[in-house]
Amino acid sequence: MKIKLFYFARLKETLKYSTEDLALPDETFTVLKLKAHLAKRGDVWEQMLMGKLKVRAAINHELVDDKATIADGDEVAFFPPVTGG
Amino acid sequence: MTVRVQTEDFDTGLEIRQLSQARHDIGAVVSFVGLVRDLNSGDVVSQLTLEHYPGMTEKSLEAIISQAKSRWRIEDALIVHRVGTLRPGDQIVLVITCSSHRGDAFTACEFIMDYLKTEAPFWKKEVTPLGEHWVEARTSDDKARERWDVHRDLCTKQIK
Repeated sequence: MKIKLFYFARLKETLKYSTEDLALPDETFTVLKLKAHLAKRGDVWEQMLMGKLKVRAAINHELVDDKATIADGDEVAFFPPVTGG
Repeated sequence: MTVRVQTEDFDTGLEIRQLSQARHDIGAVVSFVGLVRDLNSGDVVSQLTLEHYPGMTEKSLEAIISQAKSRWRIEDALIVHRVGTLRPGDQIVLVITCSSHRGDAFTACEFIMDYLKTEAPFWKKEVTPLGEHWVEARTSDDKARERWDVHRDLCTKQIK
């Protein structure tokens, strides 16, 4: 399964990634499982995605929770709680 | 419905005229303008940078207007949100709602702002004498949004 990932704001800055194409094993991935998968990249990844700071996720531009399932070709984004307006 | 994300400033009077001209079914226009403050959480802010998620931002703002339209009688609505570098006193956001009577226009305008604050993918970074930092989300904004769920439940009960 191939997905496109985007990171914004504090996550983008700390992880030093704004976007990437990622190949995942062909099994069911929820948002939480994807976060755990990415967290294996190192301490910073674990802190940013699985730590105390709140992280929100979107699949194909829709806000989702940790239980949402990711499909092949999806655009997944991780970002902090929003602060516009 | 109009949704725009832009670096340029906006002219509220012009936007209102464009929305309401040649429409005689609109009896009330409500506008909200958000400005950059020079003081936030006790820090002096000299500059603000706004980042967003192109593509999702526009969809999310359109979805917020659609929700408002499903709850109140709104003839038209507009959201303009600026991104990039802003300074204290600069305009950040404009929401305009048009309705036949003022009640729906007032309520929908506030609803749109409360949802925008908690759902539209924008992030602010402030520059203060202590350096740069990302603005933290406020629980008061979440509470402001949540009260609309209570409001809907109450209205549903009244109808029953």
